[in-house]
Amino acid sequence: MTLDRDLMQTIIKRYPRSRSAIMPLLHYVQSVSGYVTNDGIETISELLEIETAEVSAVATFYTQYKRKPVGEYHVGVCTNTLCAVMGGDAIFAALKDHLGVENDGVTADGKVSLEHIECNAACDYAPVVMANWEFYDNQTVESAKALVDGARAGNPPAPTRGPNRLVTYKEASAVLAGLDDGLAREGVQAGEATLLGLKLSKEGK
Amino acid sequence: MTTTQDSAVAVEMITVVIDGFEVSVPKGTLIIRAAEKLGIQIPRFCDHPLLDPVGACRQCLVDVEINGRAFPKPQASCTIPVEPNMIVKTQLTSPVADKAQKGVMELLLGNHPLDCPVCDKGGECPLQNQAMSNGRADARLDGYKRTFEKPINISSSVLLDRERCVLCARCTRFSAQIASDPFITLNERGALQQVGIYENDPFKSYFSGNTVQICPVGALTGASYRFRARPFDLVSTPSACEHCASGCDMRTDVRRGKTLRRLAGDDPSVNEEWNCDKGRWAFKYVTALDRLTHPLVRNSSGELVQASWPEALAAAAAGLKGKRAAVLTGGRVTTEDAYGYSKFARIALATNDIDYRARVTSDEERDFLAAYVAGSSTTYRDIDTADHVALIAFEPEEESPIVFLRLNKNFKKRGLKVSAVATKGSIAMDKLKADFIKVAPGAEASAVAGLALTAKSVILVGERASESAGLFSAVAALAAKTGAKIAYIPRRAGERGALEAGALGTVLPGGRPVVDAAARVDIAAAWGVDSLPATPGRTSSQIIDALASGDLDAVVVGGVDAHDLPHSHAVLDALKKSFVVSLEIAPSSVTAVADVVLPVAAITEKSGSFLNWEGRARAFDSAVADSHNRSDVRILSMLADALGNPISLGTVTSSAREFNQLGSWDGARVQFAPVAAGTAKSVSGNDALLSSWRRLLDMGTLQKGEDNLAGTRRPTVAVISTKRAESIGVTTGQQVRVSNAHGSITIPVLVEDIHEDAVWIPRNSFASQALVALDAVHGDVVTVVKA
Amino acid sequence: MSKLTPVLSAHWDQPDSFTIEAYTRNGGYTASKKALAMDPDAVIQMVKDSGLRGRGGAGFPTGMKWGFIPQGDDKDHYLVVNADESEPGTCKDTPLLMANPHVLIEGCIIACHAIRAKHAFIYIRGEVTHVVRRVNAAIADAYKAGHLGNGIELTLHIGAGAYICGEETALLDSLEGFRGQPRLRPPFPAIAGLYARPTVVNNVESISAVPAIINNGAEWYQSMGTEKSKGATLYSLSGHVNNPGQFEAPLGITLREILELAGGIRNGHKLKFWTPGGSSTPLFTDEHLDTPLDYEGVAAAGSMLGTKALQIFDETTCVVRAVLRWTEFYKHESCGKCTPCREGTWWLVQILRDLENGTGTEADLEKLLDLCDNIMGRSFCALGDGATSPITSSIKYFRDEYIAHVTNGACPFDPVKSTLFAGAVN
Repeated sequence: MTLDRDLMQTIIKRYPRSRSAIMPLLHYVQSVSGYVTNDGIETISELLEIETAEVSAVATFYTQYKRKPVGEYHVGVCTNTLCAVMGGDAIFAALKDHLGVENDGVTADGKVSLEHIECNAACDYAPVVMANWEFYDNQTVESAKALVDGARAGNPPAPTRGPNRLVTYKEASAVLAGLDDGLAREGVQAGEATLLGLKLSKEGK
Repeated sequence: MTTTQDSAVAVEMITVVIDGFEVSVPKGTLIIRAAEKLGIQIPRFCDHPLLDPVGACRQCLVDVEINGRAFPKPQASCTIPVEPNMIVKTQLTSPVADKAQKGVMELLLGNHPLDCPVCDKGGECPLQNQAMSNGRADARLDGYKRTFEKPINISSSVLLDRERCVLCARCTRFSAQIASDPFITLNERGALQQVGIYENDPFKSYFSGNTVQICPVGALTGASYRFRARPFDLVSTPSACEHCASGCDMRTDVRRGKTLRRLAGDDPSVNEEWNCDKGRWAFKYVTALDRLTHPLVRNSSGELVQASWPEALAAAAAGLKGKRAAVLTGGRVTTEDAYGYSKFARIALATNDIDYRARVTSDEERDFLAAYVAGSSTTYRDIDTADHVALIAFEPEEESPIVFLRLNKNFKKRGLKVSAVATKGSIAMDKLKADFIKVAPGAEASAVAGLALTAKSVILVGERASESAGLFSAVAALAAKTGAKIAYIPRRAGERGALEAGALGTVLPGGRPVVDAAARVDIAAAWGVDSLPATPGRTSSQIIDALASGDLDAVVVGGVDAHDLPHSHAVLDALKKSFVVSLEIAPSSVTAVADVVLPVAAITEKSGSFLNWEGRARAFDSAVADSHNRSDVRILSMLADALGNPISLGTVTSSAREFNQLGSWDGARVQFAPVAAGTAKSVSGNDALLSSWRRLLDMGTLQKGEDNLAGTRRPTVAVISTKRAESIGVTTGQQVRVSNAHGSITIPVLVEDIHEDAVWIPRNSFASQALVALDAVHGDVVTVVKA
Repeated sequence: MSKLTPVLSAHWDQPDSFTIEAYTRNGGYTASKKALAMDPDAVIQMVKDSGLRGRGGAGFPTGMKWGFIPQGDDKDHYLVVNADESEPGTCKDTPLLMANPHVLIEGCIIACHAIRAKHAFIYIRGEVTHVVRRVNAAIADAYKAGHLGNGIELTLHIGAGAYICGEETALLDSLEGFRGQPRLRPPFPAIAGLYARPTVVNNVESISAVPAIINNGAEWYQSMGTEKSKGATLYSLSGHVNNPGQFEAPLGITLREILELAGGIRNGHKLKFWTPGGSSTPLFTDEHLDTPLDYEGVAAAGSMLGTKALQIFDETTCVVRAVLRWTEFYKHESCGKCTPCREGTWWLVQILRDLENGTGTEADLEKLLDLCDNIMGRSFCALGDGATSPITSSIKYFRDEYIAHVTNGACPFDPVKSTLFAGAVN
């Protein structure tokens, strides 16, 4: 697939100053190519009228921008302290073993890549696994294996708090580029933990 | 006068106490520099006086208290300006600051390799030095160190060793803030953060060498100096740059008679602490194997053979004696040498036929130089205070890079407005966001009249204005109308000095008009001769014509390459039929046809001075102490003796003394006769008007042998407009052929912002030597087709 | 009477709570209507009077921050919402935005009016795809409904994985298209923030609290909380508890009270250590169960309220392992700009790793503390300070446990026992 320069121009127009668009444009490049390609860097440099070095300086700063292809389903296991202690370490170890890949590795079929990630702001659902940056809450070794197996088979389970189906890495990247995929109304408004305080207060506690 | 104005501005002074000592400094001064005034050295890495404060390395932490309230933690002294009632305690008086500094130093050293014995920086390394003065005595970080692949080329000239880097970001900040070339950036994050380029775009900045010089560790090294020497084995000599008229202060480092590197010197009023890569890295021509070492005399069978100095001088004198002879000096000789040529022409050859302009010239230019430039005093400071700078026939980054840096500084710091009358846009114009007044080649003069300047504006006009009729006249008229100052910026280092020395047919030293009898008497008296020739001399092209027609018999040529002149074949033909004495450092097109060749000293082998475009003297001593080569003026003096008409300039010092004693002329100037504005020729179809200039890095003879430097040249391209590209069916990157009856040049095309009637090609770049290949100058008609 | 005061979370249990229909149904966009009719200075005064303080960690009074914006300066002003929630343990803004993005949008409209800004930005972290969808859709709906676009523009900016962008000046650099590294201050964002224009940077929860303040009045808000810490806030309870989750309560509630609501520490276990406001806030232990969780109470006890991220660890958790992992986090997230943080975290991790493995020495502990002393207060921004908090506080409370690793030559804990799947002991 090739980069749609007109679309890239609409992203640039969101901002009072064009350089601000560099991050959504990089997400957009990932939505087309699955990672930040040289073509992507050079095209952004041209459209924003900045040097390629300035684009790559930004692209290499942020963890989510990948300089080599990831899987169709990019799985991140939270191994920050709380999730790690509560099972994240065990899940990550099990998935490495199960998929036969190391951290940042991709399965040979290109379906699943694995990364240990930092705190993803869902600690009340620990241990947490993210797939294409969608929430899979309260994971166990078994549920995480089922997730990657489903992903490899082409039918991953739906996220816990997310749309009715797990979108691909490229599709998710388009969302992160600020493009609407029409799925905002799918999925729950909140998980149980989110609602706990409200529920208790309604119970008068 | 400027000084008086400056001193009239009251600077608010602030008194602070540092380590118990009071010091008064101008408001806005950073603590770290106020401490320097007291001789207190606070260690630092990221701090650089010409870069914006960043506070990144944290090495300069000190305790600060204002109005009795102490900051709870030590502060970076490189980021905080002094304030009234401030008390600062540095590492000398505050145990907290001392521990903080030692702590930071420990962390900087923790991941730093212990390769000082093989590091170019060893011996002059701020990290080494400050680790000794402000570091812990013992090491306790004994885990594993960060490793990177050892040095990577970030350009053909610069190597980067990321293990040594302390991430002070001086290099990346220089590139972004000073040069506006952000081709190197910080990449990655955290402990893996590293300086780097984008993999497909190397660090091709004209100013890249400055990053090597300001790197406080051995992370950035220059390819040409790497592993060559130890700093303590070098002998350093203050010098001046010979490559252009910017006038950079320099330092030349020599070991055992051989120049190993040159560095930018520190002159706040000229180059600050910067220079360009040509000035830094083009010096091997001095030690090139083909240097002329002995005089040569053409023998009876027409071959140039080695001769002794007495033989050669006698042969030269014999060939010149009683002949109608002229002098051509290139724009590269020192002021002292130019003065020697000027006096030699008038006394030894009894002629005013002398011209230092070895390039495309005009009579309009000659008159403009005599009327407006000789004795003028527009300076860099005027750029600093200008409300508007107009660039006329002048591409600052290519033709006087330090002028570009000064323009860029003023653009970045205070939004200086810049306008450019030109055929084609340029990288520098983009960087300066210049107002681009696009004109067809030849039509510049009419466009200049419309510039809205004021008495606070400065017009920077380049030597290429001589290629467009009426352009100098338009500049003069604009200056007269608006009160704007004129600054004439030639490319070559020796041009302004040669003008002031009178190496021009219409002026004697100090801008004295040849036609003015009083001026001639003035100089004749100083020189101790009865009279001076009264007829204004020929220009360089007239001299060539006269040699060709037989109106002149002989010529003394110093530092001229025939290929710099228009119609170089005709030039060489004219020289071939004349008696030619050539003073040169290396074989050239002129020495090849000369009758007597006299080898002269190169810049590092002699003392002397240049006048930069401001007219400011840039003096230097011989960097190589024991060279046997002699400056032009000494050889001319010997030749004059041999001719029996002594000029008595046996040394550079005597030449300088005599020239300076003559002083400037307060009588009437040469009258400037305005020339009508030219127009562009009309073209249609595949015909186009040629435009070209020299790039900073090109096939110039002083860049000979500098392969690393050559690797950072800008690519050779022919620039045409979108409309022309569509019309001839090419896109950027495809080949085009630019041709005329004389020849053709086939190079890749770049579709860019250029006047539709024009094509631009570099004048002296690889595969594109416009003067030689096309024998065409600015505004000539050429044909552009897809190749 | 319940100790909880759901305001922000009041309607989260409605399945369509994130839609503009639900928000309007629940009284949304009435506060902005009211505020837009007010003098901007009066809005600022009202927020000042309410006592609202920044909920992103520092607790700076929100109204005062708004008041710093120079008025009548003919410059563009900007509002930037910090939704880059990344501090370990912090998980309040993310569910808020998923369940009710419109309250933030309405807060933005009010704040823009108050500070005379015409353009607001929401900088949201990039690792939450579905939250991005919800916020983006909400903004589109707010434009359609005319709440946005009539003098106030709102742009969603999506991050790409960098904790440091939660630091407000790094966030601004990131939003301008640069590497997210903190800027030198001064100038402060109120004078030269986004695009060097006067800018207010506020946390999601702070801005989201504003519509209710406008509707119910400053006095209502003041009636909640403690003397200097007014109002209610979201406490996020996670870790070894029976029922983790979000608890919206007046400032000053204690962990003991929240644990009671949440059914306590997981059965059969007891509290060992906890963070009051994320991993950058010094650890607490069971000594601090009754510390009032407001800005002053937590500070007085030697830590910081931070983001009110209450991460609870029971006695099965090895504190050295916990601290090592946090330190690895800081090393990974250090932006690289300054020496103490970039280099310091590199060495802290190595020393802690040795200690956790049982290959460290007692002298390593002193080295660790001395390195922390050379990082704390020596770094460019608070990230470096934060990196030292878990280390120094854990050594303060659990020095013996560190020593036990040294003496044992190995970690004395079984990591399986601390996992969720190992289960609570009945």
